[in-house]
Amino acid sequence: MSAGPAKKTRSVSSRDQVLSAIRGALGREGADGQNRPDLMARLDNPVPNRVPDRGRLDGPARIDLFQAEAERVSADVARVAGLDAVPGAIAAYLGENGLPTALKVTPDAAIGDVPWAQQAALSVEFGATDGSDPVGVTGAYLGVAETGTVVLLSGETRPNSLNYLPDTHVVVIRADQIIGAYEEVWAQLRHDGGGLPRIVNWITGPSRSADIEQTLMLGAHGPRNLFIVIVGADDGKGIVMADDGTIVTADEGTRVGDAHG
Amino acid sequence: MEATTRQFTGNARQALKNDNLRAALDKLSHGFPYKRLEAAARLPEFEALRDQSRDIKAHVLENLDFYLQQFESKVIEQGGQVHWAKDAAEARDIILAICQEAGAETVTKSKSMIGEEIAINGHLEANGVRPVETDLGEYIIQLRKEPPSHLIAPAIHLSMDQVADTFKDKHREFAADRPLDQPRELLEEARTMLRREFLAADVGLTGANLLIAETGSIALVTNEGNADLTLTLPNTHIAIASIEKAVPTLEDATTILRVLARSATGQELSVYTTFVSGPKRPDDMDGPENFHVVLLDNGRTQMLGSEFHDMLRCIRCGACLNSCPVYGAIGGHAYGWVYSGPMGSVLMPGILGLEQTGDLPNASTLCGTCESVCPMRIPLPAMLRRWREQQHARRLTSTKSRMMLKLWAMLARRPGLYRAVMGLGVGFMRALAGGRGSLKSLPFAGGWTAVRDLPAPEGKTFTALWKERRK
Repeated sequence: MSAGPAKKTRSVSSRDQVLSAIRGALGREGADGQNRPDLMARLDNPVPNRVPDRGRLDGPARIDLFQAEAERVSADVARVAGLDAVPGAIAAYLGENGLPTALKVTPDAAIGDVPWAQQAALSVEFGATDGSDPVGVTGAYLGVAETGTVVLLSGETRPNSLNYLPDTHVVVIRADQIIGAYEEVWAQLRHDGGGLPRIVNWITGPSRSADIEQTLMLGAHGPRNLFIVIVGADDGKGIVMADDGTIVTADEGTRVGDAHG
Repeated sequence: MEATTRQFTGNARQALKNDNLRAALDKLSHGFPYKRLEAAARLPEFEALRDQSRDIKAHVLENLDFYLQQFESKVIEQGGQVHWAKDAAEARDIILAICQEAGAETVTKSKSMIGEEIAINGHLEANGVRPVETDLGEYIIQLRKEPPSHLIAPAIHLSMDQVADTFKDKHREFAADRPLDQPRELLEEARTMLRREFLAADVGLTGANLLIAETGSIALVTNEGNADLTLTLPNTHIAIASIEKAVPTLEDATTILRVLARSATGQELSVYTTFVSGPKRPDDMDGPENFHVVLLDNGRTQMLGSEFHDMLRCIRCGACLNSCPVYGAIGGHAYGWVYSGPMGSVLMPGILGLEQTGDLPNASTLCGTCESVCPMRIPLPAMLRRWREQQHARRLTSTKSRMMLKLWAMLARRPGLYRAVMGLGVGFMRALAGGRGSLKSLPFAGGWTAVRDLPAPEGKTFTALWKERRK
């Protein structure tokens, strides 16, 4: 911000005043607040707190829980055997619900192998949205079983606005991308390296509001419909969280994230 | 917003006569508290997570300088800017300067209690920048020029008919005879109006539910998706947060998020939980070029280390409002400023000063429900009592009440006199009641007897009975 030198000076001194007021209140006047190896260790080696048991289910039960929780918050879920079946599942869903069949698809490698041309009923464009697209189709980074949440990242092939502007959001996720608990999202992102992208979205059901007489309505500003297509079955590699609640990293990215480079 | 906290008693009287409000509050008290219980029952670890959440925030407060500086350095590392504001005026100036720098005509806003606290909308308007609230409830009250009446349901005090009237009055471009008698129709109209604003805005202004020191990220939760459109579409994103929002790690944020929505609405998780780190990356397909975080003190460092220190653990879920019998009777506006309910009655004297907040510390029966539902286990009733003690010590209470307390203290310190006076009083009341067993009116207790009878004491005083039984 180039708000001019006068503002800048005042801002710096406000910083010092706030920080010194904090130290004064905590009885640490004049202390170097940053030389704290114990606190740095907490930041450098983050440890999960209590992870709910339901976030630690294994195998097919995890996928079932993901689906049940997503449906509980009004997401629609379909399971298909392979990527080949994705266009058909989407066409069927849009048809059943009387929705437009023009798709805007992220050019994301995660769903790069979907054979869109097989479905003549769908018209498919790739790229970002200007807000006029009725249906957005994206991949997912991970799915979290404990609340039926899909995790989406912003990036060079993943426009964030496509998750929010279209009336219908279709998320295509492989069964082996579905993990138990949120903590595994952080473990996987750290394993991938490079820090966090600008946006990490946890999306749990379609947009809603109950601001008028506490009547729950879907489709407030974001999508009215969230359709999750789960591809394939659990790969049987098991969860990536150990019994003591600590995270053990999955086998070098074969379990999750391999399509995200 | 001009605080009317000093007029709490009058405000409350007015609120009690408002039938619309009573109906809305009745619905509230039969909704959120039960949903919270259901959500808690579905998660066996809920109580343990409350304990951990409390401990995380307690740890942060003890080391707040450290975590804020870590957060700041990570934001800067990622190309964002951090601004520190001691008070509301400074925060307003900072935000206006950023908007002017961006040449902004329109600022979309997602609901922020800090935005309310610093009264940013009025300041932007006065300087030629148009703020547009995008949370549905907040949009409605902005059109009506009202303050929010609930932390997470700002338009809870309004009926559907009132919203329809407001839309007909303010949205003149639609046919005057259009049907607006269903919540869905109102939602659709607001969605249409606000979609244009989202796409055209120059700056997006959001709050922040959490500031994550490990990564320099802010976490934001909404159900509508309005925060995400606000922070994705304009070229500049400003997030404003008070300093106590810091947490150490993503894992700590996660633990708190597990109790936040469950405590607030009874949802397992809000629909959109978004972690934002810095501005748009060079290769990103969308997102703002500029990312600013404004860190606000505004009285927090005064509370830090004081007997109101624990209040800074609050995550603004609204559980204490939802279950408070006083809030449930009078709603949020009666409290006279930005916050309300038990958390408001503790926090507002800390921010505005006890002189400005009148009877708020007394707006509680001290029933303890607020503390029992608080995900951060903040001892709200104990802190309300501390404010009452300070009111008394600083002679902010009425002469009459101080005299009565003095009289009581004088009696209570003299057991013989106390027993004699009580015995007389009991006899007096029994005589006054005659054979009816209850009193229709009683001197000094008109507030009670105006609306109900007071049962007359039967038999002896407690101390007399106690003495007999001990024999």
